[in-house]
Amino acid sequence: MSCTVHIPSPLRSYTAGAGSVGAEGATLGEVLTSLEQRFGGIRFRMIDEQDRIRPHIRLYVNLQEAPTLTQRVHDGDTIHIICALSGG
Amino acid sequence: MATTLWIGTRKGAFALRPDARGRNWRLSGPQFLGHIIHHIVQDPREPRVLLMAAKTGHLGPTVYRSSDRGRTWREAAQPPAFRKAAEGEEAHGVERVFWLTPGHPGERGTWYVGTSPAGLFRSEDGGKRWDPVAGFNDHPMRAQWSAFGTPDGAFLHSICVDPRDPRHLYMAISVGGVFESTDGGADWAPLNEGCAADFMPDPNAPFGHDPHCLALHPLAPDRLYQQNHCGLYRLDRPGRRWVRIGEAMPKKIGDIGFPIVLHPSDPDTAWVLPMDGRTVWPRTSIGGKPAAYRTSDGGRSWRRLDKGLPEGQAWLTVLRQAMCSDDREPRVGVYFGTTGGEVWAGARGGERWRCIARHLPEIYSVTHAT
Repeated sequence: MSCTVHIPSPLRSYTAGAGSVGAEGATLGEVLTSLEQRFGGIRFRMIDEQDRIRPHIRLYVNLQEAPTLTQRVHDGDTIHIICALSGG
Repeated sequence: MATTLWIGTRKGAFALRPDARGRNWRLSGPQFLGHIIHHIVQDPREPRVLLMAAKTGHLGPTVYRSSDRGRTWREAAQPPAFRKAAEGEEAHGVERVFWLTPGHPGERGTWYVGTSPAGLFRSEDGGKRWDPVAGFNDHPMRAQWSAFGTPDGAFLHSICVDPRDPRHLYMAISVGGVFESTDGGADWAPLNEGCAADFMPDPNAPFGHDPHCLALHPLAPDRLYQQNHCGLYRLDRPGRRWVRIGEAMPKKIGDIGFPIVLHPSDPDTAWVLPMDGRTVWPRTSIGGKPAAYRTSDGGRSWRRLDKGLPEGQAWLTVLRQAMCSDDREPRVGVYFGTTGGEVWAGARGGERWRCIARHLPEIYSVTHAT
């Protein structure tokens, strides 16, 4: 499945500044693996070593929040990665 | 040899370099603006190499590596991470890479990292790829040894490598105590006898102490110093009982603080920066009058060093990684950075202090590099 992933500004150092990139995968986990293959290091900044989404990261598939990486992804879907910035 | 002070702050990394006469310091940076930088450490075996422990408030932790003295940085290909938990097992995730220690002088490319929650990791390729030290991370006592933690979790720090034996390691956990390994990290044992733990119900508990900073002198590796939450200590191996050298500090000052810094060539000389550890633990300079204290006799006596520091209404806090010495013998310089964003330089071993940078973000670490 091909989808579009919107990259937040804190992660664009990995995508050479690109705000959106194409990726492949049938689940959110596969899409992030596809991103990792192209942009080494990006996954661990969002997902910890136990495959948990980090506390200040939210992932949306077509405007619906995805609670886990097992969320299905379909051809043409749009994924948003959100960094919940807060504090001083 | 040129001197650089690397400043790790809550908002990025900075560098301070003196002019040729050593009078004026030039600030450069920030690098990684907005990142939380806990530690920046030079590799004494390859001085062009530096590692930096970093994260941001919302992104996961990582390590950056420079091979050109800090001009450019590249992220580790495999940052420190706990192994994947088995079904039904408690799952740990690294939240902060907190401490960096170069490995044994004879093990080029080897580094250790301490994290929060308490974890120990090792790299054998100069910091590019990190693997868990299973002997600690999977130790059956690990959960008990690091049960208390700080408000930001339990930190593993102050990793010390015996220069005579790469398999002989020490490290400290806040809160948990000092631990020793004699087999390269395969097994660990507490080493806290003699240390107070006023907050514990059992004053003779084998672990549960709060070592703020542990230091081993490379020229006298049987000599350990410790600035603890409950005092200032020295241990001479093979002894196992810490001696409270803070008893020799003035009673109105006490012996509480975060950092302890050793002289590069004299194992009897060390500096501390006492802070107020009474009641609710203000952790500020005592009475608003900051001062460093130096011993030149292994802790039997201490001398106040406050010339040039503010004489009052200065409520400084200096964290455990935010004080260091340089290697400019015989007039070794001492430096500290405050949580209020000031860097102070103490010329001639701290005899006279001068503020060399201000208005920086909250300072987490000050380290010397050549």
